[in-house]
Amino acid sequence: MKSISDAKVQSLESKAQLIRQDLINMLVEAGSGHSAGPLGMADVFTALYFHILNHDPKKPNDPKRDRLFLSNGHIAPIWYTTLAHAGYLPRKEMLTTLRKLGTRLQGHPHKKGLPPIENPAGPLGQGISQAVGYALAAQMDGAKFETYCLMGDGELNEGQVWEAFMFAGNNRLHNLTVIIDRNNIQIDGDTENIMPLDSLRDKFEAFKFHVIDIDGHNMRDISDACNQARAIYEKPVCILAHTIPGKGVGYMEFDYTWHGKPPKPGREQDIALCDLRTLGGALCSEHE
Amino acid sequence: MLNKKLKLNTKLFTAKEEYIPTRNGFGEALAEAGKKDERVVALCADLTESTRMHHFREAFPDRFIEVGVAEQNLVGLAAGMAEYGKIPFCASYATFSPGRSWDQIRVSVAYGENNVKIVGAHAGISVGPDGATHQALEDISLMRVLPNMTVLAPCDAHQARAATLAAAKMNGPVYLRLTREKTPVMTTAKTSFKIGKAQVMREGNDLTMVASGPLLYEALLAAEILAGNKKALQTLLARYPDISKNVKKSKQHGHSMERAKETIQWTPSKIEKLVKQIGTRNIEVINIHSIKPLDHATLKKSAKKTGLAMTIEEHQIHGGLRAAVAESLSLHHPTKIIPIGMPDSFGESGKPMELLEKYGMTTPWILNTLAHA
Repeated sequence: MKSISDAKVQSLESKAQLIRQDLINMLVEAGSGHSAGPLGMADVFTALYFHILNHDPKKPNDPKRDRLFLSNGHIAPIWYTTLAHAGYLPRKEMLTTLRKLGTRLQGHPHKKGLPPIENPAGPLGQGISQAVGYALAAQMDGAKFETYCLMGDGELNEGQVWEAFMFAGNNRLHNLTVIIDRNNIQIDGDTENIMPLDSLRDKFEAFKFHVIDIDGHNMRDISDACNQARAIYEKPVCILAHTIPGKGVGYMEFDYTWHGKPPKPGREQDIALCDLRTLGGALCSEHE
Repeated sequence: MLNKKLKLNTKLFTAKEEYIPTRNGFGEALAEAGKKDERVVALCADLTESTRMHHFREAFPDRFIEVGVAEQNLVGLAAGMAEYGKIPFCASYATFSPGRSWDQIRVSVAYGENNVKIVGAHAGISVGPDGATHQALEDISLMRVLPNMTVLAPCDAHQARAATLAAAKMNGPVYLRLTREKTPVMTTAKTSFKIGKAQVMREGNDLTMVASGPLLYEALLAAEILAGNKKALQTLLARYPDISKNVKKSKQHGHSMERAKETIQWTPSKIEKLVKQIGTRNIEVINIHSIKPLDHATLKKSAKKTGLAMTIEEHQIHGGLRAAVAESLSLHHPTKIIPIGMPDSFGESGKPMELLEKYGMTTPWILNTLAHA
């Protein structure tokens, strides 16, 4: 497959920045929710919904659509934001209803929340098993769509995920692409201090996955990796997307303490938005 | 007198009683369900033969999924397959699933409202020699407390078959509890089976006995004996040879004389003394094959009539059938409920009947409890 054009890359990057800004506003409005992971994964989500996935918001139940499972359900805010931009729900609903009573945007995704949410997620390690089961069923029926499962790296502490990987590798589920948010943080600190994971490549290869390391903020990398994943037939694919937690907001980047809390309204929100609008001060305008 | 409308097995309490494990009823029915609906798939955690899923595997090898010893993934996979549109049955021993898969059942299945049928095999203490770690005595409690979960505990192989087919047909999470041993066949293929309905196996007005699973037999036996059924009494006595006499081995009754040797205390004379002490009673026996949803109306009607209840289950006396019945009656018709079941204890290694005797779940113990009630 051809690599994406520069123009497409720029368009995706611009879109991702808009999505990040909406994410900040959404989190502030909710007063609750996770910051680091969602910001870090904004580029992957943008690339998926605006380039990679075969999907159509006007046909949310199209049996041929690609499926996406979110296993680290707590980063749902970035999913909701991306889905709104992609046309699955009104932008206003996305900005104002996260985690509120009666919302479709539950704190951790619920299957009946929105199309295209396929699975309930929250307790780490469950989404991947479901994704593997789904991919298995698809393979049994000869269906051609791709099943993606997004996971966190802290999530890899859970034993269940290794059960799922062992099954996927042994059953040669080539229609499954796992994308790990390798941001090196978890609640109690850096992953390599809490429960060191490296070498993840070695582990996944031992579990019979084809492994691709990418810069999780590089649209071309993301696109190329997903293309490659689709073409690999003998094995399921694991894309280790190396990301910066809190990407785009200077005071959050690389700081694990921003895993589970939203920015506060006022100064924190303003600085975050300014960082995002100006790409960390790289751009200048009269407004700043 | 047993309820004729239920078309129960006429060989009950005769020398020709039939003994078939509930898991057999399930295994055959699963293959049947697979034939009826190609969406049915079966997943097993390395226990294919003992859960009787091998019938399905033989009939539909492409729809049988071996998961290995990984119960959390077992349930997760099933949930994913259900999300796709399959009708998955996932089986392991009831101590392991539910057990280590409870979070997955809670979130991936119940909260996700996924059409997964969880099969808990080898439930109860009658699992025997494997011992406490393999004897599920808390599973009914774990499952019935989950929203959106249907909980079925068939009393015999026929009900297990009916339960399996009903589970496959209905949309939504189901927990199906199966047992290991050969147990008496009480119903027939013609006995009605409805989720949410209980069966009044025999009518009475002195006491409401509510039972779930194969122990229903022990309840029926007690009720029939106290109603003056001589055949029933002979059936019970044949289990317990008088150790003072030289009793010939009898192969006539399902619970063979070999098992009888395992019992600790009971002898025919002790049993007969008990029966005399209690006197004639007319006991209503209700089979709860559907623990959730529960047939509140039948329970209320019975309790109103009798004023006293007893629950019999191969499960802790806390949280299982008794809790379900107590919750129901406390609201609709508060009634004293005498518990028969595991007395808040883990099991241990032993022979199945031996264990049921030791922990007070057999007919003589039911009689004994009544005598001192």
